[in-house]
Amino acid sequence: MLISTLLQRRFLSLVLHMAPFLFVASGRIQAQEGALTIFLWHAYGEGEARGLEAAVKAFQARAQEEGRPIRVEITPVPFGAYASKLQAAIPTGKGPDLFIDAHDRLAFYVESELIRPFGAWPPELDGEFDPLHLNALRWKGVLWGLPLSIKCLVLYLNRKLAPPVPLETLEDFEALATRLPKGIWPLAWEISSTYGSAALFHAYGARHIDEAGHFTLLGPAAEAALFRMQALLAKGVVPPEGSGELVRNLFASGRAVAAVSGPWLAPDLGPELEWEVRPLPRLREPPKGQSGAMTPFATVEAVFFPSRIPQGKEDKAREQAARALAIFLAASEGARIRALRGGHIVASERAWKGLEGLERERAFREAARQAIPMPTHPLMSRVFGPVDRAIRKVLRGELEPGPALIEASHRFADETRPPPPPRDPRFAIVLLTSLLLVLLFFATRRLLDPQFRVTLLRSLPAYAWVAHALIAIFLLVVLPLGVGALTSFFAGQGRNLHYVGLANYIDILTARGQGLFSRGSFYLVLGVTILWTILNVTLHVVIGVSLALLLSRSRLFLRPIYRVLLILPWAIPNYVTALTWKGMFHRQYGAVNAILSAIGFEPVSWFARFSTAFTANLITNVWLGFPFMMVVTLGALTSIPKDLYEAAEVDGATPWDCFWRITVPMLRPALLPAITMGAVWTFNMFNVVFLVSAGEPDGSTEILVSEAYRWAFTRGNQIGYAAAYSVLIFVVLFLSTRGLPIFGMQQKNLGEKKGVAHA
Amino acid sequence: MPKLRTAITSIFTHFLIWLFLIFALYPILWVIALAFSKGVVPESRVLPVPSHFSLEHFQAVILRTDAQGRWLFARQLWNSTLTATATAFVSVLIAIPAAYAFSRFDFVGKATTLRGLLATQMFPGVAASVPLYLVLDTLNLLDTLSGLVLVYATSTLPFALFQLRSTFDTIPRDLDEAAMVDGASRVEAFLRVVLPVARPGIAITALFAFMSAWNEFILAATFLSREEHYTLPILLQSYATEHDANLGHFAAGAILVSLPVMILFYLLQRELVAGLTAGGVKG
Repeated sequence: MLISTLLQRRFLSLVLHMAPFLFVASGRIQAQEGALTIFLWHAYGEGEARGLEAAVKAFQARAQEEGRPIRVEITPVPFGAYASKLQAAIPTGKGPDLFIDAHDRLAFYVESELIRPFGAWPPELDGEFDPLHLNALRWKGVLWGLPLSIKCLVLYLNRKLAPPVPLETLEDFEALATRLPKGIWPLAWEISSTYGSAALFHAYGARHIDEAGHFTLLGPAAEAALFRMQALLAKGVVPPEGSGELVRNLFASGRAVAAVSGPWLAPDLGPELEWEVRPLPRLREPPKGQSGAMTPFATVEAVFFPSRIPQGKEDKAREQAARALAIFLAASEGARIRALRGGHIVASERAWKGLEGLERERAFREAARQAIPMPTHPLMSRVFGPVDRAIRKVLRGELEPGPALIEASHRFADETRPPPPPRDPRFAIVLLTSLLLVLLFFATRRLLDPQFRVTLLRSLPAYAWVAHALIAIFLLVVLPLGVGALTSFFAGQGRNLHYVGLANYIDILTARGQGLFSRGSFYLVLGVTILWTILNVTLHVVIGVSLALLLSRSRLFLRPIYRVLLILPWAIPNYVTALTWKGMFHRQYGAVNAILSAIGFEPVSWFARFSTAFTANLITNVWLGFPFMMVVTLGALTSIPKDLYEAAEVDGATPWDCFWRITVPMLRPALLPAITMGAVWTFNMFNVVFLVSAGEPDGSTEILVSEAYRWAFTRGNQIGYAAAYSVLIFVVLFLSTRGLPIFGMQQKNLGEKKGVAHA
Repeated sequence: MPKLRTAITSIFTHFLIWLFLIFALYPILWVIALAFSKGVVPESRVLPVPSHFSLEHFQAVILRTDAQGRWLFARQLWNSTLTATATAFVSVLIAIPAAYAFSRFDFVGKATTLRGLLATQMFPGVAASVPLYLVLDTLNLLDTLSGLVLVYATSTLPFALFQLRSTFDTIPRDLDEAAMVDGASRVEAFLRVVLPVARPGIAITALFAFMSAWNEFILAATFLSREEHYTLPILLQSYATEHDANLGHFAAGAILVSLPVMILFYLLQRELVAGLTAGGVKG
């Protein structure tokens, strides 16, 4: 008996301690077959991926013929994870051999030392590409990749809906607005985005940045473009809150005579729709010195090569194979396959000679040749946020174009401030070391205390129960988070990080030198976040507990069905429902406004004001969160002994007494941790804020964590700054949950004195 | 008139529940309507019904193949099932003894550890994915489902620990002490007496771990590098790229992804319903 128990215990503890490490043993065994294998990553949608796959197949077949077989492993990466995956993988040498991305990310990759130059120009590519497109792939005087395809906005025209009048100018569309039946838009166009509106700015002669990276979208030309946008919206030429998705749906369902969209729209248009591609409409009366043509931005999709330290012959061979594949894909032969099979608007000029038919693709290509390649300058990507906000402010009528653009330029200047200068890390190292020594000193002193040693010895059995869990958490949760927190003392990008001391923190806590409660300042966002957390958690708990109590009535008809149905919001991934709610809050096509007008209310522009946008976020998150509280409460309710209620009833207690005297105290131990957790999760609920309001209007509904993400991903990848944000979030949460009773061992009231383990 | 009162209470209860039911189901019905519509027509309407009924979105999602003509959906469904099940299993297995210790024993550093565990939940992961990548690389677990399971299981561990600790806390310690008085060891008392009583709490914890693994895609897409290793949410994400959002496909995929979780909850709710401690406390 004794031995078997002992064995059982040993075995159990062995298994439990080994569990995390068994997985290590089953680690990957790298498959190395005869052929050289190279890896290609892309973030294409389904249709475009087909074209790429076909071209890669042709490349493999040719390599086989030539007696040097190469296997290409293609990995489609979801767009949302693409950049972070490349940034994680390339520095560890686990990146691809080549990858495809748009040229506007090029400068960032170069600055972060993530890619290497293309190298010597192969003579067989002479005359293959438009020099303009090759130029877009040059940065700091070096060519970094090969152009694969060109994307730009074009005009899609619905032939059946288009009246028999010329539709060549913007004025033609404005005239159309008064003549169309209700529900049909002249022009589905996302003018509220920087990318979508660029053509109009260009037509007025305004440019976003100059070659030195200065913000230039100022002055009468840019203002005139904004006035024009206001007019287009007011005259009903373009739909309000026009997102890319709305543009696509309006045109695809025959509710827009024309649409401004890119080549990605074409695959979604059904065969019953008769459409053609045209250049964007012109301005009939161009401003002085301008041609009046609306030229959109062109992005050059190119193939790039991750930087790595070549380690041997194998690497050299792989580099050569990757280069050969890139050349094949970009040059006419591969380009032709991509165009035919995947509808790519290929950059290769020669490829088009072999492509007869393909009328629409040719029209795309013509438009792309006229378009202005987006500036390669790394600061170009930082123009988008400030300009988006300026355009939306003007379209909402909050600001005149002039002040809005000046505000955008200030915001641009603020967000592109050069990183703080490097600091000498020696002081921090000395400080850290001495701190460690002090800690060590106290730990030793404590260990020398005989009484403490006895307590510690008696704690040993308990450690056997928790060690495996703590080791796993330390290794895979604490360590990565700790390293992440350390980056908050650094500035820069990718591999180019330098130590800056507390500069990031000082910047955040002084609101970057602006008013402490100015828009986007740490304190203002913190206030919004606290409001957000309190309202959400309160509603979660009230709704969750009420529903659980209703459902716990034992003789409730349909109870199991109710229970399952009410849990459903929790069962669906939250990014799906966040997107669904966003659609439901659309000004014109959303179901929420449809309900409001059905019961006699005015439709609401949900994302035009802080109060309504915040409410939209709140409704979404309450919807997402109440089932969790309900389930926790339900679980806890089943553990309340029935006889407690019976006894209370015998004593003449009212249901109200029972609730406060029995239910609430008995629910506390289960609910308190759930509430604390719920508060922490809500405080950091990124998906809802990012997907539903996206910070609209003007960044006012941003919470701390979404602000941190903006610094990490859309404001020039300032990862150190974002890390400082997350450390501050952590500090705020840590301090505010300090007093919470779940740490106070309040469970002692269950009746017993706790002894030290005697397992 | 107690009967009339009961009837009124009952009607009122149902009314309240129906109110929330509408709130809970309305957006889901929209997802379903989108998934079964032909194309996607933007329309302002109150009732979530498909505009032109069609199965095209489901067909497109389920029948999708990769470059080699392999059936992706089945492969990724299998990967997701494996990953999420293993995550739930590993997470709960590791958490149970530790949570029991946190509930029953006092030891040096307990309060600090608990505080530290909660603290891990407060730290936004903005800057953590690259270090995590390095850890997995060191363990040689990149691009494997085991690595993903390890990451998911540990990231759900703090919550599992808290959840299970409060489950154990609601179980009176007389129960294990009585067993130990009867001659059982601590481990035996734990395994034979406490664990069975804690089953509903364990079920919730496992369900939670399962779901967070089942729905996650950013880490999965970062750590996995072959399409045949991908999990279902990654497939789902490919319908919502920057310009190319196909909401119909997305909705159909969302329903397919959510369905197993719904079924699981339906199955597990019986486990939860089965009243537990009522008998235990008396004894």
